[in-house]
Amino acid sequence: MTYQQIVKNGLWTNNQALVALLGLCPLLAVSNTTINGLALGMATTLTLILSNGCISLVRNTILPEIRLPLFVLIIAGIVTMIELLMHAYFYQLYKTLGIFIPLIVTNCAIIGRAEVFASKNKFLPSLVDGLAMGLGFSFVLVVLGGMREFLSLGSLLSQANLLFGEQAKNWQFIILDDYSGLLLAAFPAGSFIALGLLIALKNSLEVDAK
Amino acid sequence: MPTSTPLSAAFRLACFSFIVIGLVSFVFHQTKDKIIQNEHDALLQSLQSVLAQTLYDNKPNEDSITLENVIIYRAYRANTPVAAIIKSTTPRGYSGDIQLLTALDITGSILAVRILDHKETAGLGDKIELKKSSWILSFNHKTFADMQRSQWAVKRDQGNFDQFTGATITPRAVVNEVKKIGLFFQQHKTQIFPQLK
Repeated sequence: MTYQQIVKNGLWTNNQALVALLGLCPLLAVSNTTINGLALGMATTLTLILSNGCISLVRNTILPEIRLPLFVLIIAGIVTMIELLMHAYFYQLYKTLGIFIPLIVTNCAIIGRAEVFASKNKFLPSLVDGLAMGLGFSFVLVVLGGMREFLSLGSLLSQANLLFGEQAKNWQFIILDDYSGLLLAAFPAGSFIALGLLIALKNSLEVDAK
Repeated sequence: MPTSTPLSAAFRLACFSFIVIGLVSFVFHQTKDKIIQNEHDALLQSLQSVLAQTLYDNKPNEDSITLENVIIYRAYRANTPVAAIIKSTTPRGYSGDIQLLTALDITGSILAVRILDHKETAGLGDKIELKKSSWILSFNHKTFADMQRSQWAVKRDQGNFDQFTGATITPRAVVNEVKKIGLFFQQHKTQIFPQLK
């Protein structure tokens, strides 16, 4: 597989959120604003890159019968370290994302890539696969977060300061002033509907391309 | 693939566990002080949000007691009790716990209330946050003497506090919790500040 194919796979053809439908629990729960989506997307991408890299490095010493506990061990270790670092250096964001950082461990997309790709491929392609899959996942999180934030609050990029520091406080676009909000978009049901619309959009683009 | 026996598989798993544990503990030790510092700063900041710094001269974050699972921070000025800041949690929100901080002066009058943490619906129940709405300021300077106890409720319950359009459960939970804290302080005042006996 060429790098080009790996990237295209991660971003589009085999997008973990839109095609593989993996990791939906954090995807649907944290996509209520653009910034939350972006933050969880970045944490997930970092986890994917590191776990793919580590697993690829040790792939020749992994025995098939212990591979699953080993994947879980490595992924859990990486996520715990990311959680500690966020707690120390991005405290506000850590507070906002809360339980969803440790829950990255349970994102099936990560163990899925470990099993399908990293345990069978060399180090560098595995890193690229982790990056591409992570970016594809983050992209969906951000778009979903943007849709839901716009519909429920009438703004985009609110609370960017949680991620980018004080100077980002006025990055927020208030698109509709005095907007009373479509509550459905803020509720979990709204994120299912929004995800459904995104999947339909992707499928129709593909049909058109044929 | 290397040949495997159950023993060698277990041995490998153990080796990997030690490596991962080692890395995690290293990061834990590197970040420990910074995390403690963050928690400490966050507590200090939230205490200052309910009680003006000019009112006290001690460090309330370092002077706390716990009564009936409620944490109380004590503020003094020249060794005279000034106020108590009570941290409490109510499970009666719309989704999950609401954590709040209530400052009361020694007469039991409410100085200020702030929400520390909640999972209420964005755009509806989150108007309890000061950055979304000024509703939480309606507690300032309220005492039980001003109001009969039955009025210490949201308007839908024939009380004195506004609810939000489309969201009654959240403000009701907060009003009832602040009322509970007010009563709690009156009952335990001399335990919190033995000087006031």
